[in-house]
Amino acid sequence: MDRLDDLEAQSVFILREAFARLRKIALLWSLGKDSNVMIWLARKAFFGRVPFPVMHVDTGKKFPEMYAFREQYAEQWNLDLIVEHCPPLETVDPTLPPAARSAARKTEGLKLALAKHGFDGLIAGIRRDEEPTRAKERVFSPRGAEGIWDVRDQPPEFWNHFNASPPPGAHLRVHPILHWTEADIWKYTRREKIPIIPLYLSQNGKRYRSLGDADITSPVASSAATIDEIVEEVEATKVPERSGRAMDHESEDAFERLRTAGYL
Amino acid sequence: MLSSDCGRPDICNAKPHRFELENAMNILVSPQTAIALPQRPLVRIVIVGHVDHGKSTLIGRLLHETGSLPDGKLDSLKAVSARRGMPFEWSFLLDSLQTERDQGITIDTSQIRFRTPSRDILLIDAPGHAEFLRNMITGAAQADAAILIVDATEGVRDQTRRHGYLLHLLGVRQVAVVVNKMDRVDHDAGRFHDIEREISGYLNGLGVTPAAVIPISARHGDGVARRSPDIAWHEGPTVLEALDQFSPARHPLDLTLRMPVQAVYKFDERRIIAGRVESGRIAVGDEVRIMPGAKFAVVKSIEAWPVPNEARTPSEAGAGQSVGITLDRELFIERGNVLSPASAPASAGRSIRARVFWLDQAPLAVGTPLVVRLGTAETRGIVSAIDKAVDPGHLAPQAATTIGQNHVGEIEVSLAQALAGDPQAVNPFTGRIVLELDGRIAGGGLVLAIRSPEASQPQHGAARFGQAGESVAARVANLAPRFAALPPAGRLALLRDEIDGRIVFTTSFGIEDQAILHMINDRGLDIDVVTLDTGRLFPETYELWAQTERRFGRRIRAIYPRHDELERLVERQGINGFYASRDARMACCLVRKVEPLDRALNGARAWIVGLRADQSANRRDMGLITADAKRNLAKLSPLFDWTRDKVADFVSAHGVPINSLHAKGFVSIGCAPCTRALQPGEPERAGRWWWEDETKKECGLHDRAR
Repeated sequence: MDRLDDLEAQSVFILREAFARLRKIALLWSLGKDSNVMIWLARKAFFGRVPFPVMHVDTGKKFPEMYAFREQYAEQWNLDLIVEHCPPLETVDPTLPPAARSAARKTEGLKLALAKHGFDGLIAGIRRDEEPTRAKERVFSPRGAEGIWDVRDQPPEFWNHFNASPPPGAHLRVHPILHWTEADIWKYTRREKIPIIPLYLSQNGKRYRSLGDADITSPVASSAATIDEIVEEVEATKVPERSGRAMDHESEDAFERLRTAGYL
Repeated sequence: MLSSDCGRPDICNAKPHRFELENAMNILVSPQTAIALPQRPLVRIVIVGHVDHGKSTLIGRLLHETGSLPDGKLDSLKAVSARRGMPFEWSFLLDSLQTERDQGITIDTSQIRFRTPSRDILLIDAPGHAEFLRNMITGAAQADAAILIVDATEGVRDQTRRHGYLLHLLGVRQVAVVVNKMDRVDHDAGRFHDIEREISGYLNGLGVTPAAVIPISARHGDGVARRSPDIAWHEGPTVLEALDQFSPARHPLDLTLRMPVQAVYKFDERRIIAGRVESGRIAVGDEVRIMPGAKFAVVKSIEAWPVPNEARTPSEAGAGQSVGITLDRELFIERGNVLSPASAPASAGRSIRARVFWLDQAPLAVGTPLVVRLGTAETRGIVSAIDKAVDPGHLAPQAATTIGQNHVGEIEVSLAQALAGDPQAVNPFTGRIVLELDGRIAGGGLVLAIRSPEASQPQHGAARFGQAGESVAARVANLAPRFAALPPAGRLALLRDEIDGRIVFTTSFGIEDQAILHMINDRGLDIDVVTLDTGRLFPETYELWAQTERRFGRRIRAIYPRHDELERLVERQGINGFYASRDARMACCLVRKVEPLDRALNGARAWIVGLRADQSANRRDMGLITADAKRNLAKLSPLFDWTRDKVADFVSAHGVPINSLHAKGFVSIGCAPCTRALQPGEPERAGRWWWEDETKKECGLHDRAR
């Protein structure tokens, strides 16, 4: 087994644990490269079908290419797609910096969707190597009733035994690709021939390395126009993956505040 | 290289500098080693030890020495230190990387990457503070190897020992010890060797052998990446050299198959049993046993998606793979069951003994209700006994009756439902449990034994042995001293006196068996004599069988394999298929010997065998008279303490016929295809299944005594 085989086997194991141990789950589909890999892994785990809903919490501000991708593959992959819309900006904590406040709409949308559908588990495609606070995550990560993440009081997790009993009113975030790196995602996408949104590939010397809302996401300077070139690029770079995501950088703690409040 | 290029001035202009490297990075890639080297192993390591013994300094130093820091990072930190009038410390580096502003965040595990000459290292940080032991465990459990750090001035402290003990319980077997701050003890070799002796002794006592004990001064870099003249007396590796020797954990393909079932899917006409192969291999055509229980089936297919073409359909899967299989018959199988080879099933039972660590604030006490998780199974349980409860941090711990927070101990748990698994010594992957309290993981540890309740506590009715109310184990324990004091013939007579019920002597016509048969016959003891005819014995053995019946004037009852089972075995593995693997050989032993033995002993109260202690290392542990818990009978080896020469003298003196093969160098004689003669100097059982590992050469008739 090579590294990708190992990663795949571990992720498949986690997805099956989530499906077996939780009552009602959904997979969060951001339409980005990571959640596409996750859907692919779910199809592997369950032999071609995704046996739970796939939910897009839509800010309404995604790139047109992202919406096109969503419509095409929801049908082609036979997904049980739920689209939930986020509340307007005015409902969000005004003390947050502008981009973070904009991103926090997604947190609010998520809370509303949780309440509406009664999910006790949400499968999310975050990775430890993306960002320091995500490195602190557990695979099965309990959230309080308000979606709050208490990083100081996380239960232990070892030997592939996960805490799958959220207290009443709370839910679990399940992170099947927590242990993958950005390069792993691209290598696996290449090996498995998983479709991607073309915005990831360089055009006119720029490409998007991470996709979010169109108004708060920027491309990076890059000549990588194929997945091979992306793999080469991300293996060599020292620039953080989310450097083009404005809300991570507005103030020192903006992203932590987002995460503690229930952001992905 | 990427550069930041916002392209949206409205957002970027607010804080353009935030797009620079300044932003905290938890993953670092060293630029000069970016050339693709696909086969570099990735080793996950954890650095543990007492708080303030220099972990952050060592990590900062390692990042610097391996060129893993962003350009200019070191200079900027040095400048900041100078501005603030503080001496530069390597640990600042880590603090700055870990977004020092938020203390709440830095308590947990994080991950840092760097490279040694031949390895990619993923450093999983684990906090040293005692109150965050659950985070240390979460981090260390993911590691392939560990560095245990000790301060040369303070020496081994409570948290050093506690972390060492937890590495043992977590199954981290690759450990290097670094003795830091050697500069503070004037690089004194004597001081180093004192600490080395103490920590090595402690770890060896836990079964952990340190790969190296390394004197260093992380602050000055001595012994980290380079040797230092100050520590010239140290002949061992540097820290980087030691790291370069660690290996990623391998999937245990060579262990017996264990596949805990995660779920059974019926999305279409297929009934797919999904799970991860924890050890060994599984292939289409294999006969598997589903534990707990006695259900058997044959693997029909290994399913995959995307559906591979006909020619590339998988026919085998190995340890580490998450698979889905179908079976040749419809059985009730559920999450938590364990698929294992028909010949070598997992243990199962409603009582588990385990060595555990405990993390909850409320101590673990006898009577505590828990949920016990083993593999994919879980069941409620109650702690029925606690032994050896100690704080592993204390040098001379006092055993307590409860297991306190962050302490360890041995527990016995009675389970609501039977669980399948293995003792940790048999299979580390199916030999560990997790304890859950109120829906939250609160402890875990290594399985020492899995038993059915009949074996651990006396039951009523037929299961009872000998006189009323006494278990086999207790009876045997009472009788043992009386047997030890007698010669072999006297032991046979005493057994007959003490046992109400049938006694069976199984003979394979070995030299010991011939001696015992003589003793039984000589004293006219009412003991059934049976032999297991596997159908593959030597012609010389059959000759001796006939000769023995003539000599003692009695029929020796033969028990044969079940013809249907034997036919299936030969159909499956071929007539000499037992050479293919240990599992195949065990499957043959099961059909030809072990199952017939069960019938031979059915209803017996005691069983006599010709074992001797010095036949093999395995047999030394078996004992003169023991309780066979599985069969609920007493097992006597009357010649247990005799040497082979003594046996030979005995048969010779009494003119007892023996197998003519003994004279040709055959010592322990079993089936013809699986027995060969010995070379001078070889151990006695070297001629049995000679192609297999010495320590495991039993056919399954004689389980080890507990």
